[in-house]
Amino acid sequence: MHELSVTESLLKLALSHASQAKATKVTAINIVIGRLASIVDDSVQFYWDFVSEDSICAGAKLNFERRPAVLHCTDCSTDFTIEQDMTPCPKCGGMHTAIISGEEFYLDSIEIEKEAEKIS
Amino acid sequence: MSAIRVPVVEKIFSTNDRIANQNRQTLTDKKVLAINLMASPGAGKTSFILSTINRLQDQFRIGVIEGDTAPVTIDSDKIISAGMPAVQINTGGDCHLDASMMSDGLDSLPLKDLDLVIVENVGNLICPAAWDLGTHFNLLVASVPEGDDKPYKYPNIYRGLEILIINKTDLQPYVEFKMDYFRQGVEMLNPGLVTFPVSCRTGEGMDAWIEWLSKKIIDFKKRS
Repeated sequence: MHELSVTESLLKLALSHASQAKATKVTAINIVIGRLASIVDDSVQFYWDFVSEDSICAGAKLNFERRPAVLHCTDCSTDFTIEQDMTPCPKCGGMHTAIISGEEFYLDSIEIEKEAEKIS
Repeated sequence: MSAIRVPVVEKIFSTNDRIANQNRQTLTDKKVLAINLMASPGAGKTSFILSTINRLQDQFRIGVIEGDTAPVTIDSDKIISAGMPAVQINTGGDCHLDASMMSDGLDSLPLKDLDLVIVENVGNLICPAAWDLGTHFNLLVASVPEGDDKPYKYPNIYRGLEILIINKTDLQPYVEFKMDYFRQGVEMLNPGLVTFPVSCRTGEGMDAWIEWLSKKIIDFKKRS
């Protein structure tokens, strides 16, 4: 639902790093997204073409690296990976869990082109 | 032309988070406790805020930031008629408030005269959970008629809470709502979450909430 503003934030972030690197074009955007981040990557892709069209990011490929959700059982100290949000500990059936990873949502890197440095 | 990989490793919410931290600092410096109040549409957010204000107004000064997707001032008018400063923020159709909207809201409130700011977020159980506003507490008003499966269906919002209100408990005899099942879901997502079952209509349970909140406001003033 909120992917438009997320995509706009992503573009701003990518552009600021591209301009620091003196890029003339951004060819790829590498994003890390955890299983528990409430972001629909298809929607980000959908909005991307619209929000980036007048920028040096136009046409850049969005690559999503998905990270699994890993929980820690606070009853028996087992770490386990979940596919469904509400899964009890597979070892002891405990319901008390803390999130170890899976909430990531960050821009990992961008791939850019720039004019070859002139040899003076 | 040469292709180069530039490492970034920066959160996509980093701009929002930076502004949120500024908001939190501004509030803390002025000794104003702030609560981000979230709920689905119709859970009783505005009624809960009004009930809270009515019970606290002799002791504390409270300001309210009202987030709405449409330019209607129904909610803020109710707060102003209760005698408290309120500011309406129209998100222009957006499904949540963000830290920069919150910052605009804070600019319109007389913070130096306030003890507590309640931010009424847009009615929605998904999007508001992703944006830090710069408040000190996230509070959710759940309600009995919504159904006991909500923690299971909207886990992210429950994970990020410091306070849970279960409103409309007076309707429990009339609807299928298994309190144990609901609370088991909450316990999985957020063990030991501070929870107050209340009815804004009958006033049942409100005293415990008010006592808890009053203590938090006083502690916050002493500490900050």
